[in-house]
Amino acid sequence: MARVLLFGRLSDVAGWRSREVESPSVHALRDLLSAEDARLGEALAAPGVQIALDQAIVRGDAALSLRSEVAFLPPMSGG
Amino acid sequence: MIRLTDQAFDPGVLLSDFCRDRTETGAVASFVGLARAELGTAVILELEAYPGFTEGEINRIAQEAVDRFSLDDFAVVHRVGKIAPGESIVFVATAATHRRAAFEACDFLMDYLKSRAPFWKKETGPAGARWIEPKPQDHADIARWET
Repeated sequence: MARVLLFGRLSDVAGWRSREVESPSVHALRDLLSAEDARLGEALAAPGVQIALDQAIVRGDAALSLRSEVAFLPPMSGG
Repeated sequence: MIRLTDQAFDPGVLLSDFCRDRTETGAVASFVGLARAELGTAVILELEAYPGFTEGEINRIAQEAVDRFSLDDFAVVHRVGKIAPGESIVFVATAATHRRAAFEACDFLMDYLKSRAPFWKKETGPAGARWIEPKPQDHADIARWET
């Protein structure tokens, strides 16, 4: 089971912050979450949303292991 | 030094600590960002970070600043959680042999923190809550360093 984390507006849209989900890859995971919740799917597909796998940004797909941590990161703003 | 904290901090104390025991540093520049009330439209600001990842990403860019501006040292202290108007959100200090490098490195770090550092900022006021995302000006500011 991969641990999935949502940040910023994504957790507001989904109504959760952290979940355990079984999925073979990052893209399969995103598709699964989008199929379950169309509003979240739309938010995940919005421009500027990045994905971190085990705390490193990934571009494109990547395989998940049992202990992977996948974080969906909307546009960032600090300061 | 990079620190995330959910407690209010005194930027003057941080600056004094940062300046202490330096015999070769000729210049320290600092910046303090404060939460604005936006004329009553913003009652509370809430900042979210991704513990571990956020510090790691700030450290990556701070090391870039160290190389690029030949810094002796840096400090970044950033609030997370709920912040009231008037409270400090961020403190950045840079130490270098001469002032130009210290000023520029401080400016560089703040431009990065505004639009690239892993924080998510929600403003709540009488009209409800909204997530704040980087503005075109923030993107233009960081583009100045991408040469």
